[in-house]
Amino acid sequence: MALLKTSKLVSAVGAFSPSLGVFPSRASSWWTEVQMGPPDPILGVTEAFKRDTNPKKMNLGVGAYRDDNGKPFVLSCVRKAEALIASKQLDKEYLPIGGLGDFSKACAELALGSDSEVLKSKRTITVQTISGTGSLRIGSNFLSRFHTVAKDVYLPKPSWGNHTPIFRDAGMQLKSYRYYDPTTCGFDFTGALDDISKIPEHNVIMLHACAHNPTGVDPRPEQWKEMSEVIKKRKLLVFFDMAYQGFASGDIDRDAWAVRYFIEQGHNVLLSQSFAKNMGLYGERVGGFTVVCADAEEAKRVESQLKILIRPIYSNPPMNGARIASTILHTPELRSLWLDEVKGMADRIIRMREMLVTNLKKEGSTHNWQHVIDQIGMFCFTGLKPEQVERLTKEFSVYMTKDGRISVAGVTSGNVEYLAHGIHQVTK
Amino acid sequence: MSLFTEVPQAAPVAVFKLSADFRDDKDPRKVNLGVGAYRTDDSQPWVLPVVKKVEKLIQEDDSLNHEYLPILGLPEFRSNASKIALGDDSPAIKEKRVGAVQCLGGTGALKIGAEFLRRWYNGVDNTKTPVYVSAPTWENHNAVFGQAGFEDVRPYKYWDAEKRGLNLSGFLGDMEAAPEHSIFVLHACAHNPTGTDPTQDQWKQIAEVMKRRNLFVFFDSAYQGFASGSLDKDAWAVRYFVSQGFEMFCAQSFSKNFGLYNERVGNLTIVAKDEDNLTRALSQMEKIVRVTWSNPPSQGARIVATTLNSPELFQLWKDNVKTMADRVLLMRAQLKEKLLALGTPGTWEHITDQIGMFSFTGLNPKQVEYMIKEKHIYLMASGRINMCGLTTKNIDYVAEAIHDTVTKVQ
Repeated sequence: MALLKTSKLVSAVGAFSPSLGVFPSRASSWWTEVQMGPPDPILGVTEAFKRDTNPKKMNLGVGAYRDDNGKPFVLSCVRKAEALIASKQLDKEYLPIGGLGDFSKACAELALGSDSEVLKSKRTITVQTISGTGSLRIGSNFLSRFHTVAKDVYLPKPSWGNHTPIFRDAGMQLKSYRYYDPTTCGFDFTGALDDISKIPEHNVIMLHACAHNPTGVDPRPEQWKEMSEVIKKRKLLVFFDMAYQGFASGDIDRDAWAVRYFIEQGHNVLLSQSFAKNMGLYGERVGGFTVVCADAEEAKRVESQLKILIRPIYSNPPMNGARIASTILHTPELRSLWLDEVKGMADRIIRMREMLVTNLKKEGSTHNWQHVIDQIGMFCFTGLKPEQVERLTKEFSVYMTKDGRISVAGVTSGNVEYLAHGIHQVTK
Repeated sequence: MSLFTEVPQAAPVAVFKLSADFRDDKDPRKVNLGVGAYRTDDSQPWVLPVVKKVEKLIQEDDSLNHEYLPILGLPEFRSNASKIALGDDSPAIKEKRVGAVQCLGGTGALKIGAEFLRRWYNGVDNTKTPVYVSAPTWENHNAVFGQAGFEDVRPYKYWDAEKRGLNLSGFLGDMEAAPEHSIFVLHACAHNPTGTDPTQDQWKQIAEVMKRRNLFVFFDSAYQGFASGSLDKDAWAVRYFVSQGFEMFCAQSFSKNFGLYNERVGNLTIVAKDEDNLTRALSQMEKIVRVTWSNPPSQGARIVATTLNSPELFQLWKDNVKTMADRVLLMRAQLKEKLLALGTPGTWEHITDQIGMFSFTGLNPKQVEYMIKEKHIYLMASGRINMCGLTTKNIDYVAEAIHDTVTKVQ
């Protein structure tokens, strides 16, 4: 092994003082074998964008909402909640491992509806997590340890790029079911049903609750109903990822419809929630992980095990964002304000979709761009091929992920024409 | 038929159960000497004045937003936090071979470090490398490394119960016998739970063995400033090891010394042989972070970075830290004095010899049970007390209770 030789070299060199300016050779480091990791495909886009000096550059990479001036948007309900919290002069004592109780409660109610039977019968457990990623991570660790009957997680094809590494790192195997139809830029419903009907029993199926990332393609309610039936027949364990509740249609109940329907149909689901986008709390890392259990007693057991998983990762979650979210959800006038602001964000995105298509037509594009309007949520799967994406980035400084995904949130009335122009140039 | 029918009820984490029991206790004399958080002389949590000041600044600054931090965290936080550990004038920093990952508390820093080591240290994916933690140690050390995939987490001799001090020969002996490349988790200062630190001379001996045996140095620094009241003094061991040329990790927590417990502010400082190795290591750390929490929380890091960046705020912080450390030192002195005055059997020098938040009293489990049940004084089964739980109002009661317990229960 290379490093055994290395350690002999270290012994031979003996003690040395770096302050003498004598640098040891690379071979004498513990990390000689460490390869340079590739840049993260999504977050790496922003880093490349930052380095670009073109004044017309556009960052359509990471899914962070921007206002019509291209600026980050801090919601008023958030500012108001922060002021309220500041006035209370709270202490900074550790939260419990499972997080802020008020937050977890509100988080679950938001997703499931306050009249949800599973909430009333106390057969759910919700823990506060480090946003959506942290929630998926805890969930995948939980599955890896306790869902021993099957080890496969079926993701829609395509799915959020980080799903695969998270589940894999937790020890699960990844498979997929057909989802996106590149010929229609829409939902491959028959393909999905076909694949799902063949998934071996008891495996895990991941569903994007709304505003599918990266395609923006969501099943219609009647399609969700059929999927629920097939999934039930196959006895699959459903794991919902809901990162955009409120952000997709502008209506939080409508966006949670699939999750609630599945639960009503008897699926005891796992659910990851993020408040990064719908409350603009990105960097505060606010999320929740919920398990719907058979009964209250099982929920207690599951809760105890979730804590055992959480403690060796980060002990207990951060307070700030959860406190803000909880304050908003529990204070009627802030909650109303939030609902308006979420709708405002969703509406602006819908408008940008429409403007993009209008401008593409104006540019003279003969392609069918209807999918840009049909798709929902922050992202749009443009249908651009990798070579076209590369040209768009190199020639027009428009930054997006290689799969052709754009964050519509990064489009403004000020740059939508430029974007349409660029897209037309690389696709005509 | 549920998929989770077989999921067993897990035992609660002891230290939190203790707090829960304390909360439920209705006895007016009750004292909580359990979980490690600072308390004022009125038994209240203390938000540091510097933190209040900085939070107000942040609150009033409309130019700030809640955007994602980079994967590795807030740059100003990372570099300033590393400087706190290694010193402003650290040669390693000047040589550009120090990097850092902002993490969720000290736990998070240990976690990311452990995950990196499991993937990249001592051959790729070497889960068989022994990880040594002190006997005793913070109980979560075992779980952090275990869950990161290390199959062999072992104790190294540390606490000598009989003499109530450091078992140096046992410690050195375990290092001599450890397989080469073993990972050693060292407490930078204010050892948790014993409060017993090696002297400078003893640290030199430890370093010599570690270098000779090619052992990996992983410092856990959760109490810098809190132990002696001086940041530099408390960082002596870490800096000494850097000066000896070690490549090492240092997991820093700002929970206690900034009182930012629930904002989860931590930093994994990495000292590498050179910039190239550092760069590659950081790139791999990013991948680990991305599948764990994507990017860290912003509020706590902002508070710390703002403080460390401003000479005035930095000084205020140091004063606040000294206030906390001084109160602890006072309680130590007074407790010992009272026990001696009562004529309590046994020796009590260790109360003032030990340093930091915790003291390993030497009380055995039966005596601990008696303290909890009869006296409503809550402490860990190991006999560990949190000195911060002592106040001028309750110290007489606690001293008398210890006296009573030690004489009645063997």
